[in-house]
Amino acid sequence: MNEKRRILLKNSFAAGATGIVIGTGLLTPKAALAAWPKAAFEAKDSKSALQAEFGSSTLIPSNDIKLKAPDIAENGAVVPVTITSNIPDIDSISIVVQHNTWPIAATFKLGPTTDGYISTRIKMGKTSDVTAVVKAGGKLYSTTKNVKVTIGGCGG
Amino acid sequence: MSRSSIKVRAKVKNGKAKVKMLISHPMETGLRKNKKTKKLIPAHFIQEVVCEHDGTKVLDAEWNATISKNPFLSFSFNGAKPGDSIKISWVDNTGKSDSTEVKMR
Repeated sequence: MNEKRRILLKNSFAAGATGIVIGTGLLTPKAALAAWPKAAFEAKDSKSALQAEFGSSTLIPSNDIKLKAPDIAENGAVVPVTITSNIPDIDSISIVVQHNTWPIAATFKLGPTTDGYISTRIKMGKTSDVTAVVKAGGKLYSTTKNVKVTIGGCGG
Repeated sequence: MSRSSIKVRAKVKNGKAKVKMLISHPMETGLRKNKKTKKLIPAHFIQEVVCEHDGTKVLDAEWNATISKNPFLSFSFNGAKPGDSIKISWVDNTGKSDSTEVKMR
């Protein structure tokens, strides 16, 4: 128990330190990557992350999004996630893992000819809800699935 | 680097291209510790992956460190024909980058 708490403390400290380093501009490549949504990606809870990324955290549950992920992920370091959606005019697809240190895993901005289909692999620290957020026509649609993780894949 | 860090397979069927890629990258979150030195391994992860079809951007992926080590990504788009080129490029948080261009089959 104590061990776990220490790891947690260290993790949060590490995240804080990264923030400071970035803040002071020591990591210069940040400037070149102005497009990378730092505020959203480094937000600690999914609500403020969504707020920073999309300017809104209101999600509309939708049956038009299919989120394929395992019910139980044996290895949290590699969790395959596939999102398929037939909502027209999709701007972007995001993967949000509620209980990860940084909830937003990725945002995929789709071109006009690109299908509403993304398949990738993510890391999960512990059992959590995984949410697929699809932005289309200025609205945010979502589908959530709970994924149980037996071995975490984030900390050491 | 003689060998590209990106492996791409792109196939076209009835005008629809399905692209699969594997990138070799450590994707360190910055939260992991080196077991021997007890020091934190600095964050090192891909932040952006851009896919272009004959010069037109079809996918712009912004990644957090949450994406798994040696990332896999698959997506599809319309309006493609065999022989078209697909260019994949990535940039990580240390400013390193790589890109590759292949002809679709």
